[in-house]
Amino acid sequence: MKKLLLATAMCAAATTSAFAEIKVGILHSLSGTMAISETTLKDTMLMLIEQQNEKGGLLGQEIVPVVVDPASDWPLFAEKARELLTVHDVDVIFGNWTSVSRKSVLPVIEELNGLLFYPVQYEGEESSKNVFYTGAAPNQQAIPATDYFLEELGVEKFALLGTDYVYPRTTNKILAQYLADKGIPESDIFVNYTPFGHSDWSKIVADVVALGADGKKVGVISTINGDANIGFYKELAAAGVSADDIPVVAFSVGEEELTGLDTTNLVGHLAAWNYFQSADSEANASFIETWKARMGEERVTNDPMEAHYIGFNMWVNAVEEAGTTDVDAVREAMYGQQFENLTGGTAEMLVNHHLTKPVLIGEIQEDGQFDIISQTEEVPGDAWTDYLPESAVLKSDWKELGCGMYNTETESCVQIKSNY
Amino acid sequence: MQGPLTQFLMKNPSVLIFLGLLSAFTMFAAIGSEAFGIGFISTSMIKTLGKTLCFCLIAIAMDLVWGYCGILSLGHFAFFGLGGYMIGMWLMYERTRLIVENSMANAALPPTPEEIQEAIGTQIFGVVGGAEIPVIWSFAHSLPIQLAFVVLVPGLLALIFGWLAFRSRVTGVYLSILTQAMTLALALYLFQNDSGLRGNNGLSGLQNIPGLDHVPQSHISLYFLLASAFALGLGFVIAKLIVENKMGNVIMGIRDNEARVRFLGYHVETYKLFIFTLTAIMAAIAGAIYYPQAGIINPAEIAPIASIYLAVWVAIGGRGRIYGAVIGAALVSMLSSLFTGGQIPNIEWGPINIVWVDWWLVLLGVSFVAVTLYAPKGIGGLFDIIKLERNK
Amino acid sequence: MKGRVLCPFICLETNVISRLFFLLACLVIALPTQAQEGAAPSLKSIIAQNAPDIIKGSVRTAPPIIEALVDLDEPEALRFLSLWQEKSLWYRKADDQIFIAEEREDRTYELFDIATLAPVETLPKKQIKQIKPNSGLRALIDEALVISRLKNDDIAVRQEAVSSLSRLANEQHLAPLRAAIEVEPNQDLKAEMERLERFMTIQFGTSSEERVEAIQKASEDLSIETRANLNRIISSNIALRESVGDDANIARQVMPGEEDFSIEDAYQLLINNDLAEPIPTASERTQILIDNIGEGKVGQFTIHNLDTQKNRDAAYLALVAEGKAPFWSPGLSADILVEQFEFVEVYDEANAQVTAAAEAALKEIETRVAMSEFMDVLLDAISLASIYFLAAIGLAITFGVMRVINMAHGEFIMMGAYTGFVVQQFITNYTLSIIIAIPLAFAVTFLAGVALERLVIRHLYHRPLETLLATFGISIALQQLAKNIFGTQARPLTAPEWLDGALVINDVISISWIRIAIFGLSILFFVVLLFVLNKTRFGLETRAVTQNRQMAASMGINPNFINMLTFGLGSGIAGIAGVAIGLYAKVTSEMGSDYIVQSFMTVVVGGVGNIFGTLAGAVMIGFLQKGIEWFNPANTLAAQTYMIIFIIIFIQFRPRGIIALKGRAAGD
Repeated sequence: MKKLLLATAMCAAATTSAFAEIKVGILHSLSGTMAISETTLKDTMLMLIEQQNEKGGLLGQEIVPVVVDPASDWPLFAEKARELLTVHDVDVIFGNWTSVSRKSVLPVIEELNGLLFYPVQYEGEESSKNVFYTGAAPNQQAIPATDYFLEELGVEKFALLGTDYVYPRTTNKILAQYLADKGIPESDIFVNYTPFGHSDWSKIVADVVALGADGKKVGVISTINGDANIGFYKELAAAGVSADDIPVVAFSVGEEELTGLDTTNLVGHLAAWNYFQSADSEANASFIETWKARMGEERVTNDPMEAHYIGFNMWVNAVEEAGTTDVDAVREAMYGQQFENLTGGTAEMLVNHHLTKPVLIGEIQEDGQFDIISQTEEVPGDAWTDYLPESAVLKSDWKELGCGMYNTETESCVQIKSNY
Repeated sequence: MQGPLTQFLMKNPSVLIFLGLLSAFTMFAAIGSEAFGIGFISTSMIKTLGKTLCFCLIAIAMDLVWGYCGILSLGHFAFFGLGGYMIGMWLMYERTRLIVENSMANAALPPTPEEIQEAIGTQIFGVVGGAEIPVIWSFAHSLPIQLAFVVLVPGLLALIFGWLAFRSRVTGVYLSILTQAMTLALALYLFQNDSGLRGNNGLSGLQNIPGLDHVPQSHISLYFLLASAFALGLGFVIAKLIVENKMGNVIMGIRDNEARVRFLGYHVETYKLFIFTLTAIMAAIAGAIYYPQAGIINPAEIAPIASIYLAVWVAIGGRGRIYGAVIGAALVSMLSSLFTGGQIPNIEWGPINIVWVDWWLVLLGVSFVAVTLYAPKGIGGLFDIIKLERNK
Repeated sequence: MKGRVLCPFICLETNVISRLFFLLACLVIALPTQAQEGAAPSLKSIIAQNAPDIIKGSVRTAPPIIEALVDLDEPEALRFLSLWQEKSLWYRKADDQIFIAEEREDRTYELFDIATLAPVETLPKKQIKQIKPNSGLRALIDEALVISRLKNDDIAVRQEAVSSLSRLANEQHLAPLRAAIEVEPNQDLKAEMERLERFMTIQFGTSSEERVEAIQKASEDLSIETRANLNRIISSNIALRESVGDDANIARQVMPGEEDFSIEDAYQLLINNDLAEPIPTASERTQILIDNIGEGKVGQFTIHNLDTQKNRDAAYLALVAEGKAPFWSPGLSADILVEQFEFVEVYDEANAQVTAAAEAALKEIETRVAMSEFMDVLLDAISLASIYFLAAIGLAITFGVMRVINMAHGEFIMMGAYTGFVVQQFITNYTLSIIIAIPLAFAVTFLAGVALERLVIRHLYHRPLETLLATFGISIALQQLAKNIFGTQARPLTAPEWLDGALVINDVISISWIRIAIFGLSILFFVVLLFVLNKTRFGLETRAVTQNRQMAASMGINPNFINMLTFGLGSGIAGIAGVAIGLYAKVTSEMGSDYIVQSFMTVVVGGVGNIFGTLAGAVMIGFLQKGIEWFNPANTLAAQTYMIIFIIIFIQFRPRGIIALKGRAAGD
C-alpha cells in the first residue's frame, strides 16, 4: 500500500511543475446525478476553448483545458478544486451547477485565491471575492417572472413547488415576502417541497388544481429541479391542466430538460431565463451552429451555456487587458467588462461580481423550444436581495469597498470571506 | 514478567508490523508535506491521504461486523455521517459565532446575547431559508459536549436499532436490507430542509477550524492526517484485541453457525449487539475526523450506496482479516480519486478512444465481479498464497 | 373586390386558415362598407397610433386599444384582433409598421397590408419581427372577440368561445350567452352553455330569486368551476364592527387570534382606523436608542452597559419619560388592546339571501368533495402500490424465490426503458412502438438476465451475500455503460395518444390512463406469475430447485437450466416494468437506483418466497406512503422517512414479512 501511495504522491508532484501554457480548469460532474446537466457545460467549455485557440490562443499562449470529474459528490468538489488549483495550477476554473457544490468549493477557492466562474441561476445571498456569478440572481429571474404572473396573467393565488434544497427554499422565501408586499395574503400561497428525482406527482398536481376552488386564478411557480420535472410535466399533461387555466412558470426547465419530454401537451407553459435558444440574433445563430456541428443536430443550447459563453469571453478580454492571468489583476480588469450576450444586448460585469442580464419569458412550443414573449432591458444582478429585511441592508462592492457583505446600516464589512 | 499487552503483541506480530508501517507512512507524509518538509506532497494529497485513513478505519469496523461477526450491515455509513454531523455542528456554530461577534463589535450598541443568537441563526440558516437555531443545536457551542455526541448519538442509534433487530432474530439478507432501510430513512430525513441540519446543503466550510484562522491549511491538513493515523492505529489494535480473544472465537462462531453457538449457551444477541454498537462508534469517530478534512457533510454522504461501497472495499481487501479491510479501502478510494482526477492519460487507438472518466466506473464494477468470482478472499488472500509458498 | 384577397393565406398554418376563413366569410357576407368619415378613428389610424404598445403587447396598455378596435365594429378590426391573438402579425423594424407576413424562400417574408390584405413588399427576416402577445393579452383579445364568436357557424369556434367564457365571464356576456343558447343546435355544447349560464347567473343575475335558484341547481355539481363561482359569492373581509354600516351583509363575528385573523392583523386594523398607535418593535427601539447616543451615553446609561435587553429597555423607558421616544412599556401588548373592540366578517356580496344560499350549497358540496378526495387518495395509493409492485415483481422471483440478491435489478428496469426509447427512434407510431417494445424489452432483459446468471450468479449460489457485491458491481458498470451509450440527458419515452389524459370521474377524482395501464399490467403479471409458478411444470421445478437443489437434481430436473430460466424470467419482467415506468416517469441511466431499495423493501415486507407477499408488501407501502402524505401534504420527503421507520418497526414484529412461509421452505 505504501508503495502505491508513494507512487501516486510522486505522480502528483511531477505534475505540479507549471508549464508555460494557460490552464483552464473545468469542474463539472461527468458522472452521478448531476452529470445530466453538467456534461453539456463541460462540452461547451471545450468548444469555447477550442474556438479561442483557433483565434490564436490567449496572450500568445495556448489555452489548455483540465477536465476533472467531481462525480456529483459535493465533498469531492472541494477536493478536486484544491487539486486543480494546487496540483494542476490552473489560472481559472469554470464549473459547478448546484448551490451545495459551490458552497463546498468556496472555502477552498477563497483560501487559495482562485477564480471561479459559476454559470447557473442561483438563490443569491452571496458574493465571494473569488467567484464571478454569470447566472441569474433572484432579481434577474424569479422577481420579473412573478411580476409577469401578477401583472400580465392576473394570477391571484400562487403554488410554489420546489425540490427540497437551498435554491427553491431561498427563492420561495424571497417570493413569499415579495408577494406579501404586493398584497397577496399568506393563505393564497401554497408551498410544497419534494425530494430530488421525485416521480409520483398525481397528488400534488391534484392539490394545485384544487386551489382554484375559491375562484381565484392560480399560477404555479416551479423551482423543481432536474429530471423530477419530467414526471411533473407528464402528470400535468395527463391531468389536462392547460396553460390558460393554470400557467406554470419554471426557473429550472430549459431546452435541455424538454428534450426528455413530449411537449405537445405543455404548449403555453412558461419558463423564465436570461437566454433561450430561440433568441433572434446573429451571434446566437452562429453559436448554435457551431454547437450542433460539434455535438450533433439534435442537441440544444440553454441558459447556463450562454453564461459560460459570456463568462469565458469576459475572462479572455480581462486577461488580455491585464496582460496576465494573475487572479488579482484579472479580477480588477473584470469590473465593468462588457460583452455582447447572445440575445442581442450587452452584459456588463458589476462590482458585486454579478452580470447585467435581460430577463426573458418564453412559452413552451410543440418542438421543445421556447417562444420568447417578453424580454426586459438588462437588469443588474443583485447579490443581496432587497426583499428580505436582513439582506436588504447588505451590499457587495469589491471595487470600492473591498467587501462582499457590507452592512450599509452599521457601515462595516460583516465578513470578507463568504458564508459557507 | 510479561504484561498482557506484551503477550498480546508477541502473539500477534501483525499488529506491530501494521503500526510500524503506519508510523513510517505518517512520518513520510509529514516530511513530504508542504507544511514541514520539502513539499513534494501537495496539501490536496495530504488531505486525500488523511481521508483515506479514515476510510480504512471504517473499513476495519465493517470487517469486524461483517467479516468476523457475519452481519452484513449496509448502514455503517449512517454512523460515519452522524459522527461527522456532530462535530460539524460545533465547527460551524463556533466559526459563525466568531464571525458574528467580530462584525457586531463595530455596532453602535454592544450586542445583546439575543442579538448574537439571532445573527448566528441568520448566518447559518439564512442560506436554507430559515433564521431560528433549532433545538438540536442547543449544545453546539460546546466542543466537549459535541465530542461526546460523536460517540453517544451514533452509539445509541446502533444500540436501539441493533437491540430491536437482533431481539427479533432478523438475520442474513433481511438484516442487510433493514440496515439499508435505516440509512435511507436517515438520509431522507436529513435531506429535509426542516431537519435542522441544513437539509441538502448540509454543514460546510468545516475545514476552517474556529480560532485557527492564522494556521494555513497545509498545517491543519497534516494535523488531521496525524489524527487519522492515530485513530486508525488505535482502531486496528482494538479490533485485534477483540478478534484474538475468546470473544473473537464466539463472534466467529456466530458467523459460521449462529444456532450452534446459541445452543452452547452463549447469549448471541448480546455479542452481536456489542459488536454492532462498537463498530458503529468506530465508524462515527472515523467520520468525525473525516469531515473536517472533506470540508462539507451532507445527506448524500449517507445514501445507501456509500455503505455498499464500504462492503465492496472490505470484500476486495479480503474479509476476516483486519489488514485486508485497510488494503481494500485504501486501494479503491485512492484509485477512484486518481481516475476521476484526469491524471491518467486517455487511451486513443484509432477509432477506440477510452476516456477514463467515462470508463472508470465500468472498470470498477467489472473488477468487483472479478474479485468476488475469482478471488473470494480478496487481495488479502494473496498473502495466504505467499505464506503457503513459504511454508512449503 | 375583397374576395380576391383570400389567396395569400393558403400557406398559413391550418388553424389560422380556418379562423381567417370564417372571418373573411363574414367579411364578404356582411359588407356594409362603412362610410369613412375624416375625423372618425379608422383601423389604420388606431393601429398607427398605438403601434409601439401593440408591438410590446402588455395587459397594462392593451385594453384601450382592444376597446377602440371593437368599437369600430368593423370585420377588419375583428380580423386584426384575431391575427394579433394568433401571433400572425409582424412589424417592420425600420418604421414599426404592422403587417401580416408570410414566409417565402431564403428567410424572406412577404408582407401584406392589415386592412386591405394587399401585398406590400418582400423583406428578409432580419428587417421584420414577429409580434408575440403573451397569454394574458391573448385572453383579453379572446374576451373581446367572444361575443362575435358565439354567433359563429363553426362549432369548433363556438366551443372555444364557451371555454374562454368560462374563464373570463363578466356581466356583459350574460345576455349574448343566453341568446346563443336559444339557437345552439349541438346538444353537448348547449348543455355546456347552460352550465356556464348558470354560473353567470349566480354572479350577475338581476333578481335574487333567479340567483338563489341557480345556486341551488349548482349544488348538485362539485366541479372546481362551481366551487369557484360559489366561493366568489361568499368572498368576505374582516372589518371593525363600528366601521361597517348597519346594512352590511355580516357573516359572523370574529375573535382576534382565530385562524386567518391573528392578533397582529386585528391590531393593524385598529391602526388603520386610527384607533391605536404602532407598538415599537425591539429593533425599532434599539434604533431609537442608537439615534439618541451622545458622548458614549444614552441618557444616564453608558453604552457598554446596554448589552442586555433588560438594560436597553430601561434606557428606552428613560427616553420615553423624557418624551424623546414613542410610548412603550414592557407590559404593552396588542392582545389587551384588541380585546376592547369587536370585529366582524362582512360579505362583499350585499344580498344576504344569495350569500346564505351559497353557504348552504357550498357546505353540501364540501362533504361530497371530502369524500371524493378520500376516494382520490385511495386511487392514488392503489396506483402507487401497483408501481411498486411492478418494480418489485421481477425481484420477487429472483430474490423472493431464488434468494439471489440482485442489486442490478434496477438496471434491468433501466434497460427495458431504454429498449423502449430505442424502438421509438425507429418506429414513430407510438402505439405500434409500445407493442413492439414490450416483448423486445422482455427479450433483451431476459437474455441479459440469463447471461448474468450463467457468468456470475451460478458460481455464487452458496454465497448469497456475495452475489450482492458482484451484482452491485454489475449495476454500477451497467449504469455507466448506459451513460456512455445514451448520454446523461433524460430520454423521452412517449405514451401513445390513447394513454394521454386521465379518467375523470368527477372534478376531484381523476387518474391518468397511464397509471391505469400500469395497474392493469401489474394485475396481469400477478396472475400470469401465479399461474406459471403454481400450475406449470416449470413452476414446480423452480420451486423444487430452490427448496432442495440436490433432491431436485436426483429427480431428474436440470437445476442449472431451471435456475437460468427463472432468473431470466425475473429479469425479463423487470424489463417490461421498465417500459411502463419509463412511460409515466423518466428514462435516465439512474432510474434503476430510484427503485432498488424500495423494491427490496417491498419484497421483504411482504414476505419472501411468494407472489402474494410481494403484492401485500406493495399494497402496504403504497397505502402507507399516501396515507402519510395525506396528513402532511407539504412534505413528501418526511412521508418517505416515516414510512421507512414504520417498515423497520414492522419488521421487528413480523421479521418474515406479512405473508411468511412456514416450515422448511422458510429456512434461510
